[in-house]
Amino acid sequence: MAITSEPPVTDTTAVRAAARPQIAARGVTSETRGWTSWFTTVDHKKIGILYLYTTFVFFILGGVEALLIRIQLGLPENTFVSPEKYNALFTMHGTTMVFLFVIPIMAGFANYVVPLMIGARDMAFPRINAWSYWMLLFGGIVLYASLFFSPPEAGWTSYPPLSLTDYTPQAGQDAWIIALHIVGLSSMLGGVNFIATIHNMRAPGMGWGRLPLFCWTILIYSYLIVIASPALAAALAMLLIDRHFGGTFFDPTQGGSPLLWQHAFWFYSHPAVYIMVLPAFGIVSEVLPVFARKPIFGYKAIAASTAAIAFLGLLVWAHHMFATPMSTVVLAFFMLSSFLIAVPTGVKIFNWVATLWRGTIEYRTPLLFCVGLIGVFLIGGISGIFLAVFPVDWQLTDTYFVVAHLHYVLFGGSVFGIFAGIYYWFPKMSGRMLSESLGKASFWTILVGFNLTFLVQHSAGLSGMPRRIYEYSNHDWTAYNLISTVGSFVLALGILLTVINIAHSLKRGAIAGPDPWKANTLEWFMSSPPPENNFDVIPRVRSVEPMKDIRRQVEQQTGVEQRYQPGRGLTTR
Amino acid sequence: MPAALHILAGILIPERGGSKNASDIAELYALILVMATIVFLGVEGTLLWFLIRFKARRGRVAAQIHGNTRLEIGWTVGAAVILVFITVVTFIKLPGIKNPAASDIDANGAKVASTTLFASTDQPAPPKGASLNIVVDGQQYVWRFQYPRVANKEVFSYEEMVVPVGMTVTLDITADDVAHSWWIPKLGGKMDALPGYTNHTWFKADKPGTFNGQCAELCGRNHANMLARVRAVPFDQYQAWYDRQAADIKSARDEAAKQRAQIQKQQQEAAQRSATP
Repeated sequence: MAITSEPPVTDTTAVRAAARPQIAARGVTSETRGWTSWFTTVDHKKIGILYLYTTFVFFILGGVEALLIRIQLGLPENTFVSPEKYNALFTMHGTTMVFLFVIPIMAGFANYVVPLMIGARDMAFPRINAWSYWMLLFGGIVLYASLFFSPPEAGWTSYPPLSLTDYTPQAGQDAWIIALHIVGLSSMLGGVNFIATIHNMRAPGMGWGRLPLFCWTILIYSYLIVIASPALAAALAMLLIDRHFGGTFFDPTQGGSPLLWQHAFWFYSHPAVYIMVLPAFGIVSEVLPVFARKPIFGYKAIAASTAAIAFLGLLVWAHHMFATPMSTVVLAFFMLSSFLIAVPTGVKIFNWVATLWRGTIEYRTPLLFCVGLIGVFLIGGISGIFLAVFPVDWQLTDTYFVVAHLHYVLFGGSVFGIFAGIYYWFPKMSGRMLSESLGKASFWTILVGFNLTFLVQHSAGLSGMPRRIYEYSNHDWTAYNLISTVGSFVLALGILLTVINIAHSLKRGAIAGPDPWKANTLEWFMSSPPPENNFDVIPRVRSVEPMKDIRRQVEQQTGVEQRYQPGRGLTTR
Repeated sequence: MPAALHILAGILIPERGGSKNASDIAELYALILVMATIVFLGVEGTLLWFLIRFKARRGRVAAQIHGNTRLEIGWTVGAAVILVFITVVTFIKLPGIKNPAASDIDANGAKVASTTLFASTDQPAPPKGASLNIVVDGQQYVWRFQYPRVANKEVFSYEEMVVPVGMTVTLDITADDVAHSWWIPKLGGKMDALPGYTNHTWFKADKPGTFNGQCAELCGRNHANMLARVRAVPFDQYQAWYDRQAADIKSARDEAAKQRAQIQKQQQEAAQRSATP
């Protein structure tokens, strides 16, 4: 669609009117339909949907890999998979979940929702937006193509010298490097796009103090991506040079340093944790006030703590390396910087809990997932304190305690948030409601399965079980692992219930209407799903909860009660 | 308290009971666990209470509260205070974990009268008694232990490290090929073995026993099979093992040299035979 100012007609009266330029639209293309439109689209909503479907498929693939890992570890001395297959499984699982699921699904939600929330008609750079989606898909295909020859085996951290050609000559390792290059490009392009969009395209009246908290987290997510990803790209390039072009960056026999990789890798991959978890926190900050019928407690504190976590998150990377040769001063620095992050994280949790205080809490599936997130993420946050104390970390690092911790953070934090987002925004994206009963069943199954799987892994680690071992003969670990394996299948069932729910509700769910939750932010202003141009008229924003203002205005003009009534139910047909 | 720690070890706190540094880490962990439990119960309890207490009901109106600056400052400072406390305790405990303790015995296995305290963040040799310095070398997929030469005897072993009870053992940890990580849970924390670097740790076995561990850093397909074992024995048994190992290695070396010489001789003879027409 091109909007240009038309030159006026040469008429004397019209010449006078030419002082005011007329706006006319020319060459407006009608909305593209049909399956080919998915390949050519630059509409942020369609790209968002593509992101969400693609990443969810990778989530299922990564989940199947996790189940195979759990089957292998269910019993001691199991021979379900071979050592090389096992190493490939956890490498693919980690890489998939981090790079092809959690990081890009946040871009998926953001793509769909951010322009709607800030009152924009699209992203700042629609074509770059499409490019970043296709790069993600191609990166994923490059990684998964390696299944047909030799999947990577050196772990998602791919530490050299193990990942050098002397020890891992297989081409799967190169596929891993190239895939991460492509996916990294995708997420940097997306990051630049979100930054430009949120800085420049907010609705009139939407100052920084009225930006929805989800958009705050996406803005900071984008800055983190743009700052940290080049370090990973550089490390990957060096690894590729070492493997194929005679480089010796990481080869100790030629004067290189394996530690250099660890620093560069974690300089990206620790901020990546916040890249993965902050948008989930943003979803919680949107959903809680809607279902507690109460403004978010401490808007400024939550926005500021997001920025503080991101800044500090750039200064803690070496806490992944406490067991490497480092001087005590360095160890102490990274312990203290890691501790500092606990403060803004705590502030967020306290503010969320305070948001529920004296609210009227409506138990809908999105709220359940958010509350579940607070409950289980807290465990991940607390176990992080143990890991930050470097003498204690010497016992815990590289054990199942770390596996438990990172899943409490990335499943308990990110994935619970993602599910909250799916249940919260599905009505907007599809125009239909997801089934509440299936959603609640899914939530409780996931909550039980998740804790069953990962809580005992703390104990497995404390009793000396290292991570990434394909078998064990210590029978003290059998009970922990068996519980964990059973739990992983319960967890998978819970996820399957949501998949069934989505498949069922896409065609048969109750019609949602524009604003089924009586929510606070602008994406609920237009029909569900929104028209291609989003807004015919962009409303003026007067508070952090513009929809509340709009409902009040409509009420005054029409006299029809618009506000939420406690106990009356939310959905209107 | 120690009895409770013993029962909880490996379930709620890290393994302990082999060496002082492992036990100190477990104590530090237990202390943080107490604080963590209080915070955990406090937050989860409040969360559940609010969820039940403020459930939506007909006629109930949500209070439109936007925040409270004093409360924000309060919980920010509160969280910081807990962390300052943990930091202080950590640095009080650190020297006992990081610095090698003094040996209970001297180089001949005789008891050392007293020990003096010292604190340093470096890794100096223990001040009293003798210490045993072993070079730990990680290789795909086995650990090699190089013992110091006594009376010019060459001693090394694979997989099993034999040490005298009561003597401080300092370890110089390195690797030959890829990164490994040295870890015997009951004898203290793990230290990465990186090719091109030497890392240090120590332990002192308080009583005889066998302590198991395994490589903790992914080192390839058989990472799971890279086991390590420390056997702590009384000093005289250690001495006997050391001498026997030295003799075994020497005889193996002599045997190899003999075979080499024989092969050389045969080759020379064959060369001479083929040279003469």
